Parts: sequence; C-alpha cells; structure tokens
Amino acid sequence: MSRLSTCFEKIRTEGRKAVIPYVVAGDPAAAITVPMMHRLVAAGADVVELGVPFSDPMSEGPVIQRGHERALENHVSLANVLEMVKVFREDDADTPVIIMGYANPVERMGYPVFASACAEAGVDGLITVDLPPEEVGPLNQELKKVSIDNIFLISPTTPAERITTITANASGFIYYVAVKGVTGAGHLDTADVEKHLAAIRSKTTLPICVGFGIKDAASAAAVGAVADGVVVGSALIDTMAQRIESGGTPEQGIDDAVSLLASIRSGVTASIGTTA
Amino acid sequence: MTDMISPEFFASVPDPQGRFGPYGGKFVAETLMSALADLEALYRELAVDPGFQREFDSDLAHYVGRPSPLYEASRMSDAIGGARIFLKREDLNHTGAHKVNNTIGQALLAKHMGKKRVIAETGAGQHGVASATVAARLGLDCHVFMGAEDVQRQSLNVYRMKLLGAEVIPVTSGSKTLKDAMNEALRDWVTYVDNTFYIIGTVAGPHPYPMLVRDFQSVIGREARRQSLAMTGKLPDALVACVGGGSNAIGLFHPFLADESVAMFGVEAGGLGVETGQHAAPLSAGQPGVLHGNRTYLMQDQNGQIIDTHSVSAGLDYPGVGPEHSWLKDIGRVNYVAANDDEALAAFHRWTRTEGIMPALETAHALVHAEKLAAEMTPEQHIIVNLSGRGDKDILTVASIDGIEL
Ligand SMILES: Cc1ncc(COP(=O)(O)O)c(C=O)c1O
Repeated sequence: MSRLSTCFEKIRTEGRKAVIPYVVAGDPAAAITVPMMHRLVAAGADVVELGVPFSDPMSEGPVIQRGHERALENHVSLANVLEMVKVFREDDADTPVIIMGYANPVERMGYPVFASACAEAGVDGLITVDLPPEEVGPLNQELKKVSIDNIFLISPTTPAERITTITANASGFIYYVAVKGVTGAGHLDTADVEKHLAAIRSKTTLPICVGFGIKDAASAAAVGAVADGVVVGSALIDTMAQRIESGGTPEQGIDDAVSLLASIRSGVTASIGTTA
Repeated sequence: MTDMISPEFFASVPDPQGRFGPYGGKFVAETLMSALADLEALYRELAVDPGFQREFDSDLAHYVGRPSPLYEASRMSDAIGGARIFLKREDLNHTGAHKVNNTIGQALLAKHMGKKRVIAETGAGQHGVASATVAARLGLDCHVFMGAEDVQRQSLNVYRMKLLGAEVIPVTSGSKTLKDAMNEALRDWVTYVDNTFYIIGTVAGPHPYPMLVRDFQSVIGREARRQSLAMTGKLPDALVACVGGGSNAIGLFHPFLADESVAMFGVEAGGLGVETGQHAAPLSAGQPGVLHGNRTYLMQDQNGQIIDTHSVSAGLDYPGVGPEHSWLKDIGRVNYVAANDDEALAAFHRWTRTEGIMPALETAHALVHAEKLAAEMTPEQHIIVNLSGRGDKDILTVASIDGIEL
C-alpha cells in the first residue's frame, strides 16, 4: 500500500482528520526547509505538502506569491525540491510528502525523468495546478509507472459529470478547493463546502481534503468536521513572513508557524465528536 | 510541406482539445475549466450564426471604420528600390490599432453571456484602451491589469483608459510587465468567474482564446487579400507582421496560409540583440513549455522558470507567444525573425519622416524586416506589412530615448 493510503487508512481507523501544512520549499531559506518539515510533523502534520517555487504562480494569492519569490531568490529549483524530500526521508520513512506546483518546471525536466526522480526521492503525490484532467494524461502515465499518486483538484465550479470523470481517475485523495479564487483569499462557507463534499462523496470513497481559505484553528475545525483533512498554507506562510519582516530570525518565523500548526491540529482534533 | 498546404489542413487546427500540433491546450486551474467550456460552447454556436456575424461585421464597419485601407508606401518603396511595400492600415481603426477587432468580438460574446464585468491585461495599453472602449459602449464594468513598468512607459494610454471609465490596476509582482498583468488577470478571473468575462488581448491563453481571437482578427487578412487582388491583380509575395502574442500577425497571415506563393515573416522583439539574452523573442531563442494556459515556445531558464524579457516596445515585451505561431514555426510555414530596439527606433523615425505615418514601436519592428526583405526582392513583387497601430502612444518613450524633454 502507498504511504498516502496507509496514512489515510490509519487516520480513518483512529477516527481522526488529516492536517496538511503547505510551505514553499526554499522559503525563507533553502537549508531550513527540511528541519521545518520535521517540526511540522512533530506538531501534528499527517502529510506535508511542499510547494515548488515558480516564477508565475497563477493560482496563488499575494502571501504565497511572495513565498515563491523568496524561494526563487534562494535559487531553489525543482531538482532542489526533490533533493530536499530525499533528505527528509532519511529521518522520516512514514509521513507522506506531496509536492504542489506548476507545469512548466516539470515539462522542462521531462516527464519520465521527473517521475523517476520523484520515486527515488520518496515523493508520494503530486498536485500540478495547471494540469487539469484534460492535460495531465501523459504525466500521469509516467507517475503510475512509479506508483505516485496524481492528486486531482475539484472546485466549486466543477460540474457533476466532471466530478464523475475526475474521481474515476483519482488516487491518493481528492483535493477540494473550497473557494473560487486564489490561495489565501476569500471567505470560506462551511455549509457550501459540506454540500459539495456530499456530492463528491456520492462518487468516490477516496478521502477528501479541503484547502484554500483555511485561516486559523476555528476555520480548520469547521472544515475538519466535514472533510477528511484540511490543508493550511497562506496562514502559516503569513505568520512566518510577518515575524521575519518585523525583525525576527527565520528560525523564529518557523517557531511561529509551527505553533500555529499545533493550534490548528488541536482545533481539528477537538472538533471531532462535537459534530459527529 | 507542399502536400500539407491546403485550406482544410489549416482549418483543422485547433483540434477539439484546442491543440495546434503539440501546442495550445487548456492548462489552467480546475476552477476555470467550466468557464472555458461555456465560452467554447457559446463561441462554436455563434461562429456559425449569421446573426452574430452580421452584428460583428456591422460594428466593424460603423464603429471601427473597416475596411482599413491598403496603402502603397511609394516613397519608402522607391528609396529601397526593391519590392513594393503596402501597408495594411490598422492604425486607422478606432482607438488606433488592430486590437479593437478582437475586443469588439469578445464584447459581443460577453453580452451574449450576460456578463456585466470585463477584465483585460495590457502591455502597451492598446488592448486596454480597446477593452475600455467597448466596455464604455456597452455599459460594462471594466478592470484593466497592467504591469507597473508599463503604467509608467505608456502613461498616455493609462489616462485614456481612465477617461473611458475603466479601472487600471498596476501590477507590481514579478517583472511588472505584460506577463505579470496576465497572471493577475487570471487570478481575478478565478475569483470572480461567475460574473466576469476575461477579454484576452492576443492569440494566447487557454483554448478557446487562441482560436477565437484569431478568427476575430482574420478580418485583416481577408480584406488584405481582396485589396491586393484589386490593386495589383495578384496576391502579395510576402507578408510581414510584428509578433508579441501574435494576434495582428495571425490576423494577417491566416487567410493566406494555404497560398503557397505567399511567404510570411513574423518579427519578434530582439531587444538589445537576441545574442545578449535581453529580448522578447521566444520563437527565435526559446523552448516549448507551459504558461498562461497553453503550451508554446517560451523564454525560460534550464529549470523551467520564466525569464525576464526586454523590449523597447511594451506590447512585444512578453516571454511567450500564441500556440498557433509555435506550430507554424515547427511546420515551416512562417519564418520568425527578430528586430532590435535600435533598429525599431530608427524605422519609427524613418517611416514617420518619409511616409507621414507614425507607427507604434511594436509595428516598427515589422517595418525593419520589411525594409530588409524588400531590398532583396524586385519591383515586380510586393509585400504587405501589417501596420498594426499608430505611434502616438509612444512619443514620450521616443522623446526620452532621444534625450528630448517635452
Ligand atoms: C500596435 C500594436 N501592435 C502589435 C502588438 C503586439 O500584439 P500582437 O502580437 O498580439 O499583435 C501590440 C500590443 O500591444 C500593439 O499595440
């Protein structure tokens, strides 16, 4: 069984929900990413999602855009990100790692080279924002050869028949984008999320994790009550960046982000049972 | 290639997936997929609807002022002593460039979809002005994204857009030029997708945009073909157009693609020289990749990061190019070349003084190559250059380069 299915299976039997932090690899410094991943796991992350820096991150709001810019100033490439995962794996053989990014760096590396490099590094899943089902076929074939899950996105605008096609091809988990918009923006409507998740669940037994628009322990708890997992990105990166901008060290920035993740973890854990 | 050249062959692209050979496609976030599907469905219906075509043609005739003239540039042709050069006068369109052909068409689509809010990206500001113009005419709320650097160098157009009632949003991320404006427009669209129509300004972006912008701009080539036959009794020997995203070029080229005797040249921005790396010539010096919703030639580094471009002309300062051009390059139907900043500036002055036509700096790139080409040809031959826009918007840039304070 893949690391992702083992992880979600375990979470399900324990009656928990997954907490998935997103950070941009190489932000605020290349050397800090791997230690930060371990600390996020220690603070309660079930899966770690690493953003691959890209010059034109079209689906990101200002907070994550700046994360990409800082990482690029540190010259972090897709090859470097895979290297980081490899180093992470030396001390953590169990926590699934998914990488999230844009098509062009993968195109440039070439699909077969990329897929085998992912497998060698210990990557478990891939989210490519600008490779919708219509375009991901050739890459997905390469990923399947090395048993890496391509994680499909479903959004509030995805029509019912499309949900059917997407879920039929999906593996690992489904990533539900909770708001129309870019990362970090918008107001999350839990009732609306719940309605959409029900529609997706009628088509698949895969776990559904929800991202975009989760800002704090309260919104994470609200979403965690209806989803199988929550993805938190902008809130963590904002917390870290603000600390650094106000004179803190990168380590202090990470301390703050890790505490936020811990509070989100307890918020999500506490919400279970209150609504079940 | 000979056996491939037929009207059917060129009409076969894009395929239903929006592909031009390996290029094109729909590389966007899931949230936009249904909006693109709706747009495509509507467009496929309207494209064959005589009522819609009449509405479009009528707007082009009475609002834009089409057909635009084909003008023989005799003094320049005589001075060169080679092929005769004819100019397709898109500068005489309402708002001063070819861009309005497309915004008229897309505004009609927005109207049919009942969208009250339109957004656009702009580089030189010509597409922004053309969008603000059609929005004013239809009473639509218009927001134009423009790189902060372009807001500076095209300040006249910024003010024009504001006078027309549009909101101009300066984009400060990345290189602060056209590509960043397009990123920001896509971010806006994904957020307000329910009530917003995105008027893309060139033959780039996700399918169906490269197809529909091409179709709207092809009026240029259809007219030029008729006018050439009427004025010279034959088809042109060569066509020349500048290529930013490639909309004025495809508009001129497309109706001639199956005419084997017609050579075609797309002129990219060579900036400080293609060999310096400081340019905006992805077809001349880039590699295929994925950006802004399509696969196409891009300026990128070895890690797949998009690199900064340079051109004196804001409208050509873009690291990508429409996917159909990538395909036309690969199959060898169109030749892509580059003209540098200083060559374009010299041509700007030369044509202004010799023909009394002040070209946009974008257009001046096409004129550079037309002059070189004409010199190698004979007076029995003729070239049509797409005079894509007028240069009034550029006079502050030209003055400052020439060290003149206004
Ligand atoms: C006058 C003029 N010509 C050409 C261009 C380049 O665009 P395209 O390559 O889509 O024709 C622009 C863009 O702003 C323009 O204003």
